[in-house]
Amino acid sequence: MDEHILQIKNVTKKFPGVTALSDISFNVKRGEIHGLAGENGAGKSTLVKILSGVYPADTYTGTVIYDGEELNFDREALRSAMDKGIAVVYQELLLVPEMTVGENIFLGREPVTAHGSVNWNKLYADTRELLKKYNLNIPFSARVSALGVGKQQMVVIAKALSENVKVLILDEPTSALTEAEVDTLMEILERLRHDGITCIYITHKLNEFFRITDTITVFRDGMVVDTVKTKEITTEKIISMMVGREMKERYPAETRNPGDAVMEATGISVPDPLLQHKKLVDDVSFSVRKGEILGIAGLMGSGRTELVSAIFGEYGKGRQGTIRINGEEVSILSARDAINNGISLVPEDRKLLGLIVSQSILKNISLPNMDQFTKGFSVNRHKEYYECNEMSKRLSVKCPSIHSIVESLSGGNQQKVVLAKCIMSNPRILILDEPTRGIDVGAKYEIYKLMNMLAGQGVAIIMVSSELPEILGMSDRILVMHEGRCTGIIDNDENATQERIMTLATGTSVLN
Amino acid sequence: MSKIVDSLHANFRTYSMVIALVVIWILFSILTNGVFFEPRNLSNLVRQSSLIAILAIGMVPVIVTGNIDLSIGSVVGFISIIVAYCQYFIFPGLLSGLFPSFEAQTTFLGISTSMNGVISTLLSIIVALIVGLLVGLWHGALIAYLKIPAFIVTLGGYLAFRGGVLLVSGGRTISPVENTLVEIGQGYIPKNIGMILAILVVLCVFIFILWGRGQKFKYGFERYPITKDLFKASAISAIVLFYVMYIANGYEGIQNPVLIMVIILMIFTYLTNNTRFGRYIYAYGGNREATRLSGINTSFIIFKVYMLMGLLCAVCGVVLTGYVSAGTTSGGNLYELLTIAACVIGGTSLMGGEGSVAGAVVGALVMGSLNNGMDLLGWTNSKQWIIQGLVLIVAVYIDVVSKKKR
Repeated sequence: MDEHILQIKNVTKKFPGVTALSDISFNVKRGEIHGLAGENGAGKSTLVKILSGVYPADTYTGTVIYDGEELNFDREALRSAMDKGIAVVYQELLLVPEMTVGENIFLGREPVTAHGSVNWNKLYADTRELLKKYNLNIPFSARVSALGVGKQQMVVIAKALSENVKVLILDEPTSALTEAEVDTLMEILERLRHDGITCIYITHKLNEFFRITDTITVFRDGMVVDTVKTKEITTEKIISMMVGREMKERYPAETRNPGDAVMEATGISVPDPLLQHKKLVDDVSFSVRKGEILGIAGLMGSGRTELVSAIFGEYGKGRQGTIRINGEEVSILSARDAINNGISLVPEDRKLLGLIVSQSILKNISLPNMDQFTKGFSVNRHKEYYECNEMSKRLSVKCPSIHSIVESLSGGNQQKVVLAKCIMSNPRILILDEPTRGIDVGAKYEIYKLMNMLAGQGVAIIMVSSELPEILGMSDRILVMHEGRCTGIIDNDENATQERIMTLATGTSVLN
Repeated sequence: MSKIVDSLHANFRTYSMVIALVVIWILFSILTNGVFFEPRNLSNLVRQSSLIAILAIGMVPVIVTGNIDLSIGSVVGFISIIVAYCQYFIFPGLLSGLFPSFEAQTTFLGISTSMNGVISTLLSIIVALIVGLLVGLWHGALIAYLKIPAFIVTLGGYLAFRGGVLLVSGGRTISPVENTLVEIGQGYIPKNIGMILAILVVLCVFIFILWGRGQKFKYGFERYPITKDLFKASAISAIVLFYVMYIANGYEGIQNPVLIMVIILMIFTYLTNNTRFGRYIYAYGGNREATRLSGINTSFIIFKVYMLMGLLCAVCGVVLTGYVSAGTTSGGNLYELLTIAACVIGGTSLMGGEGSVAGAVVGALVMGSLNNGMDLLGWTNSKQWIIQGLVLIVAVYIDVVSKKKR
């Protein structure tokens, strides 16, 4: 047997106008956990699609040798990649929510009885055994929709493992997981390493590389920068390899002098539409000042997104409490009311809520701002193009032209488009819900700079984030939530530490 | 260059259907030894297609927003029978009582009628438009505000308004109707006026396209050769002149239904491309949540879409009554399906977010041409239905394949 299970030799993949992979070569050792690092658009996902057969052999040049023989998938090859033992766990969960865990795991491969009907007993027995083997604490007959995101992720991995997988590719598996769920995932990976299954692990969270991987290959602009042993490298070095420059600061420094309170929210509550006595947001009061960045921290499900959605009018009359803007009470019952009161929202899920991915950058940016280009009935399309183009340039959205379809952009650039459409409406209050989720280090830095610039212009910014370093790096004050309640609003000074925020976020009484 | 390729890709189905239309015309012209290509035949073909084209123009916004309207055939029939009912049973008595002196026979725009006949037609058009708007209001309110699925609401409308037709007509054909109304469905624009219209349209096309070019440069667009603009203007002009000089004036002149259809086409092209409403329709079809979160009143958009559909059903109903000079119980039968087929052939995606009104008109012409050509060849209805069904499926298949390649 060969020492390397995968040998990638001089692979080049071109799309019209773009070279996604340019002459890359590296090897993956049998049984190791091999991390792929790189900014969005660096070519990692393209490589995954080559390995999994999404891009058949005749669409790229170069060779991939897998387990001693050349990979030669023809079209419609997804199934044959799986048959060969290559499975991918994608960022998005590909499960049927209405079906049970067992049904999902064996979807397309249901065991049958002698009469040709589905052998449910065997299906569930196999499922139970599989879950037990990997220590997964998931009920085998539960509906997937009833499980949390973390458990769903486990189901996806179990599904891949049930197919006699030799190489498991995980594409950003932890982007939606809580800390505890990440721990479970790491345990599973340890176990796979023990069992001799090779893993290719893609993530933007660099600390995970150091937790789990043996080797890291760094991509930049469609090329492989280097393949290194994890033990022999540091975070700073990886970042500098990824962006091609030393990155001393991950958060641009800025001294701000916030002015008076722009918005005051008092006693905001949102009842849970499903459970009568539970509240998604429970009596939260806070204010945000002109030119200030207010960070909102908390664990998943602590009601952060619900709080900012409530401010944005998403619950209509279901929201309790009052909102004052510049001292005057306002009625915000819909997104429309919120926007008319100078509030803009960059939603958590940009593809689902923020963008029309099938349309051009131009149309996305102009959508909430059509009034600016309209005289009477008629839209001045030339003015619209001019203004949107200027805005796109200002935020340095990387694209051939603003007529490009948003779907074709990288995550960071898509996020810039969402920001562009919000900024163009000149908001007084800008709400950013997870503004840097799933985007690369370089784009993150640009978004931080942009936030500083807006705050400097007097915009009041509310930023929800799961990343504590980001909260500490960017906020002036930090509101921490736990189970729908506000457990503290603290100034971001030397006393504000990750430990202190986590204490508040987990609801443990403050000891120190 | 890549921009041109992009825009070709974006309108792939529309262009491919224009080419398909040309191929169909050449094919039938050969098969019928040129009878198909005679101005008289093409004239009738375009007029027959214009009824479906009018409906298809209204259906595009409905489908683009991810909705559907199955009721339009019944609604057209309902409005048609109401118009005929008013003209036969209500207005003659009412008007002769009110204005006895207007009963005298005169000529109006060369049509032999009475002043009361003219008033009767004007009143019935107003009644039709009001009924159309009420139907739109009903459907729009249920779909946009009560959130009942459009398929169900309009399936209900399909049954209910067909029942309305039978109720109003009592199961009988109502005829005759006023000559002035017949003129709307069957009449022609005098040839010299048609020529003047054609020349005006050609001038406007050139002026608009070149003015738009100047505006683009003013706002800092990249400069590009004038040939592209001139080509576009010439192509549109060539189609207009070919229609007016060869098809229409080669026979009796521009038919009124075609003129009405073209005016509606121009209004809706403007509406869908150059107004906020138009943009919001496509945005809603692309991602309704993102559109709502952009502060747009999405329910009102859907409501307006159905109001417009109702209005165009009224126009179609009036033209239909004039065209058959009667109100019949089967008026508008199957129009909903032919209309949806025309939209889809013309590049409208049933998934929403994509489609153009011009494409839908081309789609209606493709369907009309197939019908007409097979009629000339003496093919039976059975064969015609089968072929039209297959063409619909093939048209969508071509689109699916072209999207896969992208």
